[in-house]
Amino acid sequence: MSVNESGDFKLTRRAVLAAGGASAAVTVMPAEAEPVPAPKPATLPLSVTVNGKRRDLTLDTRTTLLDTLREHLGLTGTKKGCDHGQCGACTVIVNGTRINSCLSLAAQHHGDEVTTIEGLGTPDNLHPMQAAFIKHDGYQCGYCTPGQICSAVSVLREIKAGVPSHVQADITAAPTATNIEMRERMSGNICRCGAYSNIAEAMAEVAEARA
Amino acid sequence: MKSFTYERAKTPRDAAAAVARTPGAKFLAGGTNLLDLMKLEIETPTHLVDVQDLKLDRIEPTRDGGLRIGAFVTNTHLAADERVRRDYGVLTRAIVAGASGQLRNKATTAGNLLQRTRCPYFYDPNMPCNKRKPGSGCGAFGGFNRNHSVIGGSSLCICAFPSDMAVAMRVLDATVETVRADGSARSIPIADFHRLPGSQLPVGEFALEPGELIVAVTLPKPIGGRHFYQKVRDRSSYAFALVSVAAVIQRDGTGRVAFGGVAPKPWRVEAAEAALPQGAAAVTAAAFAGAAPRPDNAFKLPLATRALASVIAQAKAEAA
Repeated sequence: MSVNESGDFKLTRRAVLAAGGASAAVTVMPAEAEPVPAPKPATLPLSVTVNGKRRDLTLDTRTTLLDTLREHLGLTGTKKGCDHGQCGACTVIVNGTRINSCLSLAAQHHGDEVTTIEGLGTPDNLHPMQAAFIKHDGYQCGYCTPGQICSAVSVLREIKAGVPSHVQADITAAPTATNIEMRERMSGNICRCGAYSNIAEAMAEVAEARA
Repeated sequence: MKSFTYERAKTPRDAAAAVARTPGAKFLAGGTNLLDLMKLEIETPTHLVDVQDLKLDRIEPTRDGGLRIGAFVTNTHLAADERVRRDYGVLTRAIVAGASGQLRNKATTAGNLLQRTRCPYFYDPNMPCNKRKPGSGCGAFGGFNRNHSVIGGSSLCICAFPSDMAVAMRVLDATVETVRADGSARSIPIADFHRLPGSQLPVGEFALEPGELIVAVTLPKPIGGRHFYQKVRDRSSYAFALVSVAAVIQRDGTGRVAFGGVAPKPWRVEAAEAALPQGAAAVTAAAFAGAAPRPDNAFKLPLATRALASVIAQAKAEAA
């Protein structure tokens, strides 16, 4: 499925990159190499509800939830940063809980409900956290932003649900949405532009509005 | 990543039997560590048996006043449980000191115990590593070993065990409950669950038989006292421990203490705990007797003493 959902054949940057990768692979193959038939990879049928819409797919078992969203459903708002659970760019919300979609197989999510940045709000109807990120300049290059926003929305839910954190003096007490709490809880989302203080301010505004 | 087949087992016994009869099969719980390793082809399972439908996601009281934690309970769920926060504070503290919010939401109790080391030589297939490729040697010996063990290693491997949660479970004397492929159950004290490398290949790691599935971790009844998890790391969040101290200190100054980041397993020397009323230096002198630090990680020994001293000082301040 192409990212370009309008159906025309306008070249996107992604399409050019994908084609470049394919031709590079062809040129490095030695001319005399015998073609070795690759074993057929295992596939699996599954259905996932993404942003309220049920999607039925048959995927290679190796497909991560991240690649399912980006490569098979065209939802490229969720970003691939490190692909090893270290940066948080791929953060999505599954059954109400944020996870790293790069460290999860699609097969593990058969029957699950996934919310991505595209499902939180739209350009005409922003989620309050999206609006607050814009207002407070919670990004520069924007690459980590979808993951930051999915994480930020979940962090406020986790605080409300009483999930404890490392910076609480008393772990039996209910946590509150202080600056230090939000910084600690957002540590799984790396921003190399360093927008952290503005992200924390955006979160504080949303937390206050909801208090 | 190598291709693999996938199934969701319906009962613990079915899951254990499926892994035992399929060469190259592995259990899949949260997957946060396994998938990371599969992408690097350090792990190359041919078949994954997903345990998410086994109903191992509950925390229940035991008859003797303890808690039975299902193997599939997530780290977040366990840390947030009211009974754990109240009666086993060291466990909540250890869990929330580890990983990130996203990872804790997915990572499970059993998966946390079964974490592989984050030794950079284990993680780099171009480097020698006796754990990844038995007989290839240990790159850490003459290489980068700042994060490695100062005790409990061998000439084959000096990796450090990365879990925070397991250090707290060691101080709480938890028991690992398993089911084997033939359906029989087994209880393994946490002290025996993680194996030291020893002098024989392959490098030992977990006290599990092929196909043996962890179904729960049981905590004995609460022991009271003040609970601490002091973790020292290169950044203040989302980093593995250089040194950590899990401690339960009673009002009279006695207690229990285990260390993380210093050995290939959670490091607890019960005999050393008798020295707690004499202070941190007396405890670590006994707990780390026979330590073999490398030049790059010798700092861990004084750091462990200072981290424990800080815990003891906090316990005294709170008791006063």
